[in-house]
Amino acid sequence: MKAFTTLNGLVCPLDRANVDTDAIIPKQFLKSIKRSGFGPYLFDEWRYTNYGEPGMDCSTRPLNKDFVLNLPRYQGAQVLLARDNFGCGSSREHAPWAIEDQGFRVIIAPSFADIFFSNCYKNGILPIVASSAQVDALFKECEAQEGYRLQVDLASQTVTTPSGHSFTFDITPTRKHNLLNGLDEIGLTLQHADKIKAFEQKHQLAQPWLFA
Amino acid sequence: MAGKTLYDKLWESHVVHEEADGTSLIYIDRHLVHEVTSPQAFEGLRLAGRKPWRNNTIVANPDHNTPTKDWDKGIEDPVSRLQVETLDNNIKEFGALVYFPFKNKDQGIIHVIGPENGTTLPGMTVVCGDSHTSTHGAFGALAHGIGTSEVEHVLATQTLVAKKSKRMLVRVDGQLGTGVTAKDVALAIIGKIGTAGGTGYAIEFGGEVIRALTMEGRMTLCNMAIEAGARAGIVAPDEKTAAYLEGRLHAPKGEYWAKALAYWNTLKSDEDAEFDSVVVLNGAEIAPQVTWGTSPEQVLPIGATVPDPAKETDATKRTSIENALKYMGLTANTPIEQIQLDKIFIGSCTNSRIEDLRAAAKVAQGKKVASSIKLAMVVPGSGQVKRQAEAEGLDKIFIEAGFEWREPGCSMCLAMNADRLSPGERCASTSNRNFEGRQGPGGRTHLVSPEMAAAAAIAGHFVDVRTV
Repeated sequence: MKAFTTLNGLVCPLDRANVDTDAIIPKQFLKSIKRSGFGPYLFDEWRYTNYGEPGMDCSTRPLNKDFVLNLPRYQGAQVLLARDNFGCGSSREHAPWAIEDQGFRVIIAPSFADIFFSNCYKNGILPIVASSAQVDALFKECEAQEGYRLQVDLASQTVTTPSGHSFTFDITPTRKHNLLNGLDEIGLTLQHADKIKAFEQKHQLAQPWLFA
Repeated sequence: MAGKTLYDKLWESHVVHEEADGTSLIYIDRHLVHEVTSPQAFEGLRLAGRKPWRNNTIVANPDHNTPTKDWDKGIEDPVSRLQVETLDNNIKEFGALVYFPFKNKDQGIIHVIGPENGTTLPGMTVVCGDSHTSTHGAFGALAHGIGTSEVEHVLATQTLVAKKSKRMLVRVDGQLGTGVTAKDVALAIIGKIGTAGGTGYAIEFGGEVIRALTMEGRMTLCNMAIEAGARAGIVAPDEKTAAYLEGRLHAPKGEYWAKALAYWNTLKSDEDAEFDSVVVLNGAEIAPQVTWGTSPEQVLPIGATVPDPAKETDATKRTSIENALKYMGLTANTPIEQIQLDKIFIGSCTNSRIEDLRAAAKVAQGKKVASSIKLAMVVPGSGQVKRQAEAEGLDKIFIEAGFEWREPGCSMCLAMNADRLSPGERCASTSNRNFEGRQGPGGRTHLVSPEMAAAAAIAGHFVDVRTV
């Protein structure tokens, strides 16, 4: 997994609540057997005015000029500012794959859907939960100021605005450690292989029908 | 000290290892696999030179991409075909307890075939790269969706890295009226707590109404726990659970059956268990539900009118209502019963089991689909469901009424195969999500029960199934 330490990134505001994973990456792109190349199809139905199909060359597709991701001022954004319940709906990891492939490494929202939230960490994306008031303030500042950037520091768990205002965010120590060091979670778990085997033996004695 | 909830018991009986911050390794008993969220996970195993830890916990089946008609032509879309073939090859290479390839007589939606073959049992942990894995909580299993990286993790280690959720009890008291189903209960709960109401929680469903639901009704309810934001929904097992499971292919047999029953009997929340949140509904107050917007929480009883954004004081909610009305092509204050439909979809992991089809057939029997309906389709959840329905003559009832009778699969719930809405088309659907574009780009989805979908097909618009 890609490590995440610090980022000073341009912010793109997506002012909608309950953005679901079907909107983040529509189902036709889920037919791919790869885990890369989803970035051009991120928010496909909002981003383009024609219907997208897997494998399509997006550089020639008609853009929805009003969609925030298409505005010149947000090109190259690495921080996605979002509203409540971001990433609700399906478990498709194609959603964080598309977000990461587009270049985003941080998402800030008042709340995230559970499965999406945990999928982010597996892909080097840092999802930050901030208070609604804080997110509101960021939306206002970002929309008012072209080139608005945020400084995100995982070690100190802080986000700093261009005016120097900072706020902190929560993350479990395990997730923080894994993300800072870009660790392979399967490799880490396999260090506990003996414990898994011991559990399995005990489990089989208690519920032998699960092993029949 | 307070007693334990069912969720506590399921969790504690699967903890392999726990870090100081509560991050735990949870042992996984059943791993359901389908073609969409698994190819990258198997590829990851292959690249790292790893093998599945216990391949006889895997139950696999293609369902999202498979066509629902003209099976003799195979899968025409080459991208879909490659994904299904990739699953074939991965299972051939890595193994599984159960695999029903495309066109197998028992193939179907993964959340339908798991229970019907007895591979979902009380007390298990069940995962799948699919958010509707919550369905299996109906058996008193801890079941939830995971991402593809987690699919690979479970394949390689038989465990999942997880933190314990908070515990919510949703209690539905009293009795449901005639024509009110588990689907209506699920939608009413989501309408009450919202699509983020269950975020961070595992929901246990309890109360008289839940006890009275059949196993299939409980599956419908738990299926939609994720639409309330909860990864997992759970119903404590009881005599109905045992009666459903007894004799199924992979259910415990002989001496194990008696032992299993004794253990399953302990799987309930203690009387003095404490929940972090409790929500109570009165079953008698629940009417047939219809979603009007683009989120499952945008739902109302059949007798209501489409909301008016002008009456909403919260700015974000007002914008959501305006966006939803615009997308759905609806005018504020329109009575829901006046909404005209183009297509009808009866199917999906929410509502494609035999009882769903019986209920819909009962409404459709001897009637005709309205001439204004372009397509009304019934997609059984599995080969077993389809054969059972045909043995009961349900297929004939549907066909005579003007419905198409299709082959099993996920179909137009998410429209990854050829079954989809065209832009602007409006559908009464027994599926689980009414998101923008879910059933096809520009398509408009209204979620309802099978009875309500069948009644809408006959009338051409929504009607209160209690009056037909």
